[in-house]
Amino acid sequence: MTTGTAGTTGTADAPTAAKTGTALVVGRRGRFGRNAFTVAMIWRREMVRFLRSRVRIITGLAQPVLFLFVLGVGLGPVIGDRGIEGVSYQAFLFPGVLVMSIMFTAMFSAISIVWDREFGFLREMLVAPVSRASLVLGKAVGSASIAVLQGTLLLLTAPLVDVDLGIGEAFAMIGLLMLLAFAIVSFGIVVASRMQRVESFQVVMGVVVNPMLFLSGALFPLQGLPDWLSVASKLNPITYGVDPVRRVLLGERGALTWNGEVLPIWTEILVVVVLGAAMLALATRLFSRSD
Amino acid sequence: MWWERYPEAGRERSGRPVAAEKLTGRSRVLHDGDVPPAVAVEALERRFGSFTAVDGISFEVEAGELFGFLGPNGAGKTTTISMLCTLLRPTGGTARVAGHDIVAEPDEVRSNIGLVFQETTLDDWLTGDENLRFHGVLYGLPESEVVRRMGPLLEMVGLADRARNLVREYSGGMKRRLEIARGLIHAPRVLFLDEPTIGLDPQTRAHIWDYVERLRREEDTTMFLTTHYMDEAERCDRIAIIDRGEIVAVDTPARLKASVGADTVVVASTDDEALRIDAARDLGVEAELVRDGLRFLVPEGERFVPRLFAVAGDRIQSVSVHRPTLDDVFIKYTGRDIRDAEAGAVDQFRMNPMVRGFRR
Repeated sequence: MTTGTAGTTGTADAPTAAKTGTALVVGRRGRFGRNAFTVAMIWRREMVRFLRSRVRIITGLAQPVLFLFVLGVGLGPVIGDRGIEGVSYQAFLFPGVLVMSIMFTAMFSAISIVWDREFGFLREMLVAPVSRASLVLGKAVGSASIAVLQGTLLLLTAPLVDVDLGIGEAFAMIGLLMLLAFAIVSFGIVVASRMQRVESFQVVMGVVVNPMLFLSGALFPLQGLPDWLSVASKLNPITYGVDPVRRVLLGERGALTWNGEVLPIWTEILVVVVLGAAMLALATRLFSRSD
Repeated sequence: MWWERYPEAGRERSGRPVAAEKLTGRSRVLHDGDVPPAVAVEALERRFGSFTAVDGISFEVEAGELFGFLGPNGAGKTTTISMLCTLLRPTGGTARVAGHDIVAEPDEVRSNIGLVFQETTLDDWLTGDENLRFHGVLYGLPESEVVRRMGPLLEMVGLADRARNLVREYSGGMKRRLEIARGLIHAPRVLFLDEPTIGLDPQTRAHIWDYVERLRREEDTTMFLTTHYMDEAERCDRIAIIDRGEIVAVDTPARLKASVGADTVVVASTDDEALRIDAARDLGVEAELVRDGLRFLVPEGERFVPRLFAVAGDRIQSVSVHRPTLDDVFIKYTGRDIRDAEAGAVDQFRMNPMVRGFRR
């Protein structure tokens, strides 16, 4: 048996096989195809697992709904339209709750890598002849899809809180949520690559996710805050995820300002995309170390 | 033919049918004198800080061989297998697996090997069938190909009717069997089994071995397995004994045992003294008169017995043959019993470099 390359490059047809001595009857994809289909397969796995755990879908919706319909209704009379003139607090909160749902789902899903590690399945992926980049990308695309699915379910409650949602806005929303979910998942994978135990998830939520949520303008307006809080919120990447969502849903009146200037929506989107790409690159790097 | 270069392998394999393509997806095409080893290891070394887990080992595994890596826990078996599977970088030496360098061509190595780990690495929330599909795609098989190969393999490991159940509903033995099928779905040249029966009950262990034996008969896959069970090592074509990171012996179980000493054949007969004289005259073998009868020390006891019968069949009342065991072999080469060696090993440190590698 000689050392044929049939196993790694494309399909080995019978005549070639006879010549090289390695008659691999199994058809195989080349390097590119292998990696591309791996991304798709990991995405599929995420979806199958998600759809199989109905409990997760329901509990994933519980918290945003609680915020929107309990916190929103309760604080409504107190805050009134101080968020954006002429807009109820519940409507003001709606984009924030969308982002919150995306954040929680995306982080949870990304950190499930730690479970995969604990149960060994991560190893099955790491020993395969595919690049770490396609593993990370597949995970990111899969988890982001789940987060966006949850977000889209939540979008259906828009009429209940008096938010007008046309077809155009709905598509714009989904696009924005996708970018945001992708960036957060990538960040989550970076965190997961450093996490030893599943129990650390609570710590991550408490120390990283909640502060980012509170400082993002998701729950209260960022105008007229004390300086330190204002600076902290502008340093918070999630702020640039919440603002475009709110601008699409509620108009430009509440838009984020820098030194009194309204920040262009594309700049905000760019911040999310660049940070997301950087996180994805970092995640790939962290998973590429093998010893 | 190829086995002429390896008389030992030729003798043991000549009776076997060659490659069932249904299972391997591969047919054997051989060229005279052109059989590169499935695994070739040269001065392979791995250190963790000041501790040397694998200390410059060298050996070769021939294509088609069932090769056993025997040693106590913590001897360096898993570290070696991790390096051969490109999961852990060696700190010295080289190795080629399926003809590819483990450091320079990790993707080629990975494409050509199958792995069954000590711990399960299945996705509990997927079905058996989905686990196989996932694996196939990762190894570059189109799904139609996976489906085509899946049937016979699931049949072989006895899971055909459970393939659509979630893996979380499987028993430990079923999971291990699924992993063996999964390790074969991409028709690897070498299948690595790291303690394939660890933690399984005796009955399941026996079943797993039935599958391994069947693979060995029907497939052309080289198998490399680690074990610390003597009875499992016994079934291998050849074994390497590893202790404290060094290989102390490599050979067939039979020859290793022969190297320890002769077989003991004890014969009770109607007239021991007369038999002793006849045996010495006709067979050229001296015997010693003991309490139970006559004791012969011969290289191959079970071949000697028929000859003895030819000389004195009607006089013999009972025969017992005792061969040296691999336990005796282990003691000879390491100076310790394998169980004592285990107790003394620095387990925590050496146990699981694979996991350590991923956890940093």
